[in-house]
Amino acid sequence: MKKIYLDHNATTPLRREVLAAMEEIYQNVTGNPSSVHFFGREARRRLEAGRKQVAETIGARPEEIVFTGGGTEADNLAVQGVAYASRSKGDHIITSAIEHPAVLAACRFLEKEGFSVTYLPVSREGLVSPSQLEEAIRPETILISVMTANNETGVIQPVAEIGEIARSRKVPFHTDAIQGLGKIPLSVEEMGVDLMSLSGHKVYGPQGVGALYIRKGIRVRPLTYGGHHERSKRPGTENLAGIVGFGEASRLARENLESEADRLRMLRDRLCSEISDRIPRVKMNGAPGLRLPNTLNLSFEYVEGEGILLGLEEKGVAAATGSACTSGELAPSHVLSAMEVEAALAQGSVRFSLGRENTLEDILYTVDVLVPVVKRLREMSPFYDPDNDTQGD
Amino acid sequence: MSGETDYSEKVMDHFHNPRNVGKLEDPDGVGTVGNPVCGDVMKLYIKVNDGRIADARFQTFGCGAAIATSSMVTELARGKTLDEAIAISNKEVAAALDGLPPAKMHCSMLGEEALKKAIEDYRKKRGSGEAEG
Ligand SMILES: Cc1ncc(COP(=O)(O)O)c(C=O)c1O
Ligand SMILES: [Zn+2]
Repeated sequence: MKKIYLDHNATTPLRREVLAAMEEIYQNVTGNPSSVHFFGREARRRLEAGRKQVAETIGARPEEIVFTGGGTEADNLAVQGVAYASRSKGDHIITSAIEHPAVLAACRFLEKEGFSVTYLPVSREGLVSPSQLEEAIRPETILISVMTANNETGVIQPVAEIGEIARSRKVPFHTDAIQGLGKIPLSVEEMGVDLMSLSGHKVYGPQGVGALYIRKGIRVRPLTYGGHHERSKRPGTENLAGIVGFGEASRLARENLESEADRLRMLRDRLCSEISDRIPRVKMNGAPGLRLPNTLNLSFEYVEGEGILLGLEEKGVAAATGSACTSGELAPSHVLSAMEVEAALAQGSVRFSLGRENTLEDILYTVDVLVPVVKRLREMSPFYDPDNDTQGD
Repeated sequence: MSGETDYSEKVMDHFHNPRNVGKLEDPDGVGTVGNPVCGDVMKLYIKVNDGRIADARFQTFGCGAAIATSSMVTELARGKTLDEAIAISNKEVAAALDGLPPAKMHCSMLGEEALKKAIEDYRKKRGSGEAEG
């Protein structure tokens, strides 16, 4: 059976070139980057080359990049690290209600530790309001953390505006740019950020490797203690092959960023228009013009998301849902809830996230299998009234 | 957004080919349970004949487990006396489906509760004088 992967916001397949770069390390580089002999120096050289590639991708200096064991760790290092390092200055953190759990759960933990956290609401379109953010700033605010783009809806936040506010109020600004990397241009200068989280496996790189950009002068307390690796911010012998793979993946992501973004946007918009032409009562979640080019989040009225996923899976198509029953929690997606999407619609949400290997044929096939799946589930639904189908929204 | 798809073959069969889907015209009892905030909603209709469940149908808004459970509970209920049917537990339904993933056991409560409610509805209606075969 044909298999179509439309879940690139969850993870991406490793690129062939990335695998080759990693294999080369495993086969030819045996040293520990901290060793002073030839073997160690060669490993160090490769490590620093990887660092340079990641730094260049976001317009940073190599010495401002700290490699971590993934995006979640980068988020935690940013949020907890700045909070603890600045405790003498204040105890207030501003973030948004739609952050990834890596930021939200770190903030909730910090609340237990005595910090106070403001979770900014978002508009129905999924946007944080810079003016609301500015109003939330207090003298004791020590960190602002707002993501670059949301993983569920793809909505791109007004990061540059927030960066300007943060700078003028002298509050360090962290952004989780994990979903932005490789999909939209990122520049720490233009965005005005002091800390930026990145993750390898969302850009066709390896899983379990990430990075935190830390602007020179920003103080961060480490999460773990040990040797002097990564300027003591992340002790432990580096994951050299992972870092080299991540470096190569970021370099490749930069290469065709715009043409690939255009191609994905076209496919994504085609997917959306075909679905809305052929399936009535579908609503899009997220600001239409302000989304990552690859992400489409739709709510199918009267049905629940997991049923749609199972139906698609039977035909070889993999997507994701924000429904509660799939996450094992009892509430639908916190992102859609924050956008005040009605509960039943949030339960019926499906996220399609496209990527490099997807073709127009994949998109058309997906629509062809989706139409009967939704129809069948609707006919089973106690909420469904076919007479509504002819009425517009 | 992680998927819970380690369903048994039986669950998948009842999800893809659910038995007894739809409304019953003139049902003797109806039970509606769940709410979309928590996930699943099930509506179960029964027809009663000589103290036995002659027909049972369902409409469900819900995940794979909820749909499979709805299908299975209607299968189990059919032909049973009301007392037998009201004793059907969610564990029995799950067992008949060759088990459910632990995170999905709460979805199987729906089937049990909807059936109980439909029977109670029937008994209430009868109690209030509407004699029924
Ligand atoms: C926005 C965002 N932040 C953080 C993460 C966590 O990254 P990782 O899986 O590398 O820990 C993810 C991906 O799961 C994400 O989409
Ligand atoms: Zn469920």
